[in-house]
Order: sequence, then structure tokens, then C-alpha cells
Amino acid sequence: MLMSRRFYGLLVAKLGTLSFLLLCSRPVMATAEGVMTAGAQDHAWWFWPLVLLVVTFVMGIFAVLGGVGGGVLFVPIISGFFPFHLDFVRGTGLLVALSGALAAGPGLLKMNLASLRLAIPVALIASACAIVGAIIGLALPTHIVQTALGATILGICVLMLTAKKSEFPDVQEADRLSSALRIYGVYQEKSTGNVVDWKVHRTPLGLCLFILIGVMAGMFGLGAGWANVPVLNLLMGAPLKISVATSKFLLSITDTSAAWIYINNGCVIPMMVVPSLVGIMLGSFIGVRLLAVTKPTVIRWIVIGMLGFAGTKALLKGLGI
Amino acid sequence: MPDTQKTGLEAGPEQILYASILEKGMFVGLLILFITFALYAFGIMKPYIPLDQVSQYWGMPVGEYLKHLHIGTGWSWVGMMQYGDFINFIGVAVLAGVSGICYLAIIPLLLKNNDKVYAVLALLEVLVLSLAASGILKVGH
Repeated sequence: MLMSRRFYGLLVAKLGTLSFLLLCSRPVMATAEGVMTAGAQDHAWWFWPLVLLVVTFVMGIFAVLGGVGGGVLFVPIISGFFPFHLDFVRGTGLLVALSGALAAGPGLLKMNLASLRLAIPVALIASACAIVGAIIGLALPTHIVQTALGATILGICVLMLTAKKSEFPDVQEADRLSSALRIYGVYQEKSTGNVVDWKVHRTPLGLCLFILIGVMAGMFGLGAGWANVPVLNLLMGAPLKISVATSKFLLSITDTSAAWIYINNGCVIPMMVVPSLVGIMLGSFIGVRLLAVTKPTVIRWIVIGMLGFAGTKALLKGLGI
Repeated sequence: MPDTQKTGLEAGPEQILYASILEKGMFVGLLILFITFALYAFGIMKPYIPLDQVSQYWGMPVGEYLKHLHIGTGWSWVGMMQYGDFINFIGVAVLAGVSGICYLAIIPLLLKNNDKVYAVLALLEVLVLSLAASGILKVGH
């Protein structure tokens, strides 16, 4: 057990180093403008899609182990280090996040961990605002979106470092809105066998925050699990497992509306989308298996480090530094 | 465990229906996407943008890319299905369209359970997703 733990730990570390070296290699570090012409002449057509497949595969592993969605890693890293324009990266990022949510959603709903009653009002606000966010994001000049993306990613790093999680938040009394909408439920905690009754409070404030979350998800193509979970869990008081599962399911709706705006405005290039989807999905598949034998805390630090690095790169790129 | 609590542990019928449609849609969408991509990448279907030229365009802002290649926005891809690259949009559209179908499917169940508020919310969600998918919302690049 100790040997396999060491082996898998070493494997994950090596994959991380490999992807880092790949990202820092000269052609990948080159700017989009430079590679746009040079890349086309220097490499066979399959070079960049193949690199994308490898990097998203590693990303998929780290996303699962670090407890983040694929989109939040995908957009800053791919826009920062690949020759693709941010418009296409955001379109692809949304489809990556959407596919992950579609793959996880049915199981979470059937297990009654994701709550449809909690998701429906939240999703309506978030998905409508994601449309607004996508329109703003596509209308603004790229350098402004890139700068704002960098700042947002660095903000997410701070959020990941500071936000506490509460497994079973203490909700004394459900608020009037959540009572009227009958947003409550029961689930069985598998580890203890205990049956947990849950309800939520501060629903109006939570719904207001989903306006902002929707706009940001659409604007940056990030998915929004990083924001959904703290609002559902810490603010509204849903148990952690319900929050994580409902958040994952929510992305299938929020990202759908934003994804349509990007699709309809031409921001989808199949040669980027399919290798990214395959890479992330295969990586997530391996990541789930590695989850049992690696130390999540260490991986979480690596993910925060990767996000910090990618966020800084996006910020500097946006500012033209 | 009391019966009422045991019942509460299981997902409601509308949630199960939603999950089943979502699952089928996801599998169908991904399957179509992978098959059409194979047709495209292995050269079985001729692409609109030759494979060795794609890298010349993916670094451009989307407005410039569309203008340069004379590609329309919205649902104009439907008229370009003879090309290997545009046939991939079928799978993408299925993945992006399945949530709307799930919402439509649960509305009758919600109404049957006299859950009018959630039926209205579900209908509003269908309208939001339809608006997003319609292609009406064009962005000036």
C-alpha cells in the first residue's frame, strides 16, 4: 500500500513536471501572434492538438485530485501558453466544463446528492446572467478580458487558500423563500451511515450572488464550481456534499446558455474541442483512480500554484507586459 | 429509519426523469462528436478549412476568423454539413441542447404534482436556453 502510494505520488509529480516543462518549452511560451504564423509552418497540423490532448489529460488528473472543475484550469493555462485566441479558448473551456458536468450530473441526481429543487431557481438566474456575461466577454477587447481573467484567477487562488468548508453547516431556521420553494432534503452520509436532514437559509442573498457568478462564468468561460460551492455551502448552508454535487450539476445548465452564445458567434474549432474533451475526460478517469492513493492536500497546493502561475501570466499578457 | 425519511432519501420522479434524459443525451452527444471527429481528422470527409491550414486561423480573434473564412454566425453551420469540420457541430449541439429537453420533459410531471411554481421556473429556463440557442444574440466583434 505504501509502495503503491509512493509510486502513484511519484507518477503524479512526474506528470506535473512533464506538463510544466511542456508548457514552458519555447514554442508554447511564444506569444499567440508569433506562433500563429510560425506554428503553422514549423509543425505538422496535428502537433498542437496532440500537445493539447497531453496537457488536458494531465489537467484532468490534477482537476480531480485538486477538487476543481476542468474549465477553471483550462482557460487560463491554455490561453496563457498556447497559440489559440482567447475567444476560442473560452468557447472550448465552456464545452469542457459542460461535458464534465453532463458526465457527472445524471449520477449525482440519481443518488439524490445533487438537488434539482435547489438547482432550478439558482440555475435560472445563473444561466440568464451567463448569457449577459458571454455577450460582454465577446464584445470587450481581448486585452481587457485577459487582464480581468488574470485578476479573477488570482482571486480564485486567494479564495481556495482562505475559504473554509463546512461539512454540515448549522442552519437554525430556513428562510421564507426557501421554505416557500420547499428547498430542503435528506441524504445518507455513506461514511457514517447517518441520515442528514438539510435546509438552506439566506436564499435571497445567495440568488443575488449567482447573478455575479453567472456573468463571470459566461465572460471568462470558466465554469463556476469555484464560486458555486462556497455560496451554496458557506452562505446558504447546504451540506458540503449537497453543495459540491448540486454545483457540478448546475454547471450543466449555466455553461449551456453561455456555450450557445460562443457556439453561435463562431468560437468553436473542432480541432481544439475534441482533443480537449478527450484529454480532460481520460485524465479525470485516471484522476478518480489516483484519488485513493495520493495526498489531496499536496495536489491542492500544486493546483493553487498552477492557477497562480497561469493567472499571473494571463494578467501580464492582458497588460501587455 | 421511518418510512417518510426513507422516501426522502430517494430522488423524486422529476429528478430521476431529468437524470435519465441527461444521461442519454450526454452519451449520444459524445458518441456523435467522436464519430464525426474521426471522419474529419482521418480525412474521410473533406473539411472546409484544410487540416494543414487550421493553425493559421486559431490565433485570430473570432470576428477576423469568420470574416477571413466567410463563415456565418448562428445556425449557418447547418448549411455546411457536407464538410468534415462542420459536421462536428452536431455533437456539440446535442451536448448543449440536452438540458433544455430535460427541462421540457419535467414540466408535465411538475404540473401533475401541482408544483406550479417550479413548472413556471422550468418553463422560464427553457425560454432562457432557447434564447441563447436561437442565434438571435449576435455580438459585434
